[in-house]
Amino acid sequence: MSDSATVSVDDVRRVAELANLELTAEEETRMLRDLNAILGHVSQLNELDTSAVAPMAQVSEVIGGGGQQSVLRPDQTRPSLDRSRVMVCAPETDGTFFKVPKVIER
Amino acid sequence: MTVETTETKPLSIGDIRTSIESRMRNATAIAEDCFRQIEARDAQIHAYLSTNRERALNQAARIDDLAAKGEALPILAGVPVGIKDVLTIEGLPATAGSKILQGYCAPYTGTAVKKLEEAGAIVLGKLNCDEFAMGSSNENSAYGPVHNPHALDRVPGGSSGGSAAAVAAGMAVATLGTDTGGSIRQPASFCGVVGILPTYGRVSRYGLIAFASSLDRIGPFTANVRDAATVLGVIAGHDPMDATSSPLPVPDYTADLDKGVAGLKLGVPSEYFAEGLDPEVRAAIGNSIEKLRAAGATIKPISLPHTRYAIPTYYIIATAEASANLARFDGVRYGYRAKDSDTLSAMYRRSRDGGFGAEVKRRIMLGTYALSAGYYDAYYKKAQQVRRLLTEDFLKAFAEVDAILTPTAPTPAFRLGEKVDDPVSMYLADIYTVTASLAGICGLSVPSGISREGLPIGLQILGKHFDEAMILRVAQTVEALQS
Repeated sequence: MSDSATVSVDDVRRVAELANLELTAEEETRMLRDLNAILGHVSQLNELDTSAVAPMAQVSEVIGGGGQQSVLRPDQTRPSLDRSRVMVCAPETDGTFFKVPKVIER
Repeated sequence: MTVETTETKPLSIGDIRTSIESRMRNATAIAEDCFRQIEARDAQIHAYLSTNRERALNQAARIDDLAAKGEALPILAGVPVGIKDVLTIEGLPATAGSKILQGYCAPYTGTAVKKLEEAGAIVLGKLNCDEFAMGSSNENSAYGPVHNPHALDRVPGGSSGGSAAAVAAGMAVATLGTDTGGSIRQPASFCGVVGILPTYGRVSRYGLIAFASSLDRIGPFTANVRDAATVLGVIAGHDPMDATSSPLPVPDYTADLDKGVAGLKLGVPSEYFAEGLDPEVRAAIGNSIEKLRAAGATIKPISLPHTRYAIPTYYIIATAEASANLARFDGVRYGYRAKDSDTLSAMYRRSRDGGFGAEVKRRIMLGTYALSAGYYDAYYKKAQQVRRLLTEDFLKAFAEVDAILTPTAPTPAFRLGEKVDDPVSMYLADIYTVTASLAGICGLSVPSGISREGLPIGLQILGKHFDEAMILRVAQTVEALQS
């Protein structure tokens, strides 16, 4: 992370592709400005030496007695949601499967 | 019954119970009153995205049947509640404030709502919020903003703006909201109500449409501290459907409310009273702190030295998690699908581009960038390391104090439109709330004065992990000293 964050238009396009977003030219310009502003603010984290600090992904590790020793449960088959109740939410379905446009692109 | 809706003292959960038990009024009449209040005020406030009168009145009729038979009433019997639209209820819409979920009806009911309904609460409808709970003003809702009941040209706060405004305007007695970086506490402060951020793991997240899973929490809004304690007691507890929910027993959160603050040590962190704090907020919070001192608490200056790094840390972690959570919205299984796409990948991109609003896209982009090859260590790992430092600040402080007092937000409610074009300035509205989110500790906002313009000011009380009883006890004292 450099002190002056610099995201380029190419970066914006690459990240949009990774995120499955299709941005208009106007959205690209705005995104470029906003990401640089936000990352500029984020760059102050560089003031801290964290070389000896372990990353913390979840608070459960510091909660101690309040957290569970193990979150593993028995691996048992249990009923899940009824298919018809789930399929009713789908944009396109034949009642059993979700229907989508062509998957293999040529 | 007369329509004495506006500007009456809001009913408390205790009032409702007494009036139903004594047969003075029934649950149906109380629910009807709330719907009348919604009709009278919500065209201007826009707190509700959907209501379901028939379903609510059926629930109320069941309570009235119980009362007529003289049977024991459950703890929230007849209490009219509203639910933030990121929480699912079987058969009801769940838009998450997003166009991408327009028309979606959830196939199951989430645990917190299920517990409310089992305790006899009457669900009036679903409440407006920032899209996918991303925002500090409720202006990111795809269905239009919520207006602050205290001043209609002001924001209610966000993201749970509808949940706070509904209680403030008497359109529900209690509501559920969610808080990822301040989304319960900040709107509670702006709307002059009580809002609780429970400890991470205290309330099951099953049925919450995920934003940032290591930070998301569900909590109540009410008009007073006792009601907040009661609702928290109902929704808290272990749930096999959420592996991060805690197995610790749930205490009676109302038991210690009236114990006062004599002998307690309350910490006041200097970092929360630095530059950028509105003078009226500073004065109001200072006044409440002096009252607590007069009531017997020891006020202890403390330091939480990494506080200034909380906003950048939060916006990396929350957006990274969001970019993963929101990948599921692809137009395949539910929600909006762009029409006439030739290929699957075009359908994904066009559905997401058409379905998500500007702030959600901004956060997905930021999170994806922070997690992408070459940047992961510099951003995501760095933020996780600073998260530990911020958490250790609190653990050290709580070795010396019972609770911590701060402003909830740096200003009272700002004007609609004031910050929409400047994401960094909008993010700074959460400067005092994101710290507790990152550390997993509990917190709440309790009304603590009114500005000269008549806008509410909230005091934030932060507590140790699973020490909700302590912050509620301090809040009850603050509330008692206000009046």
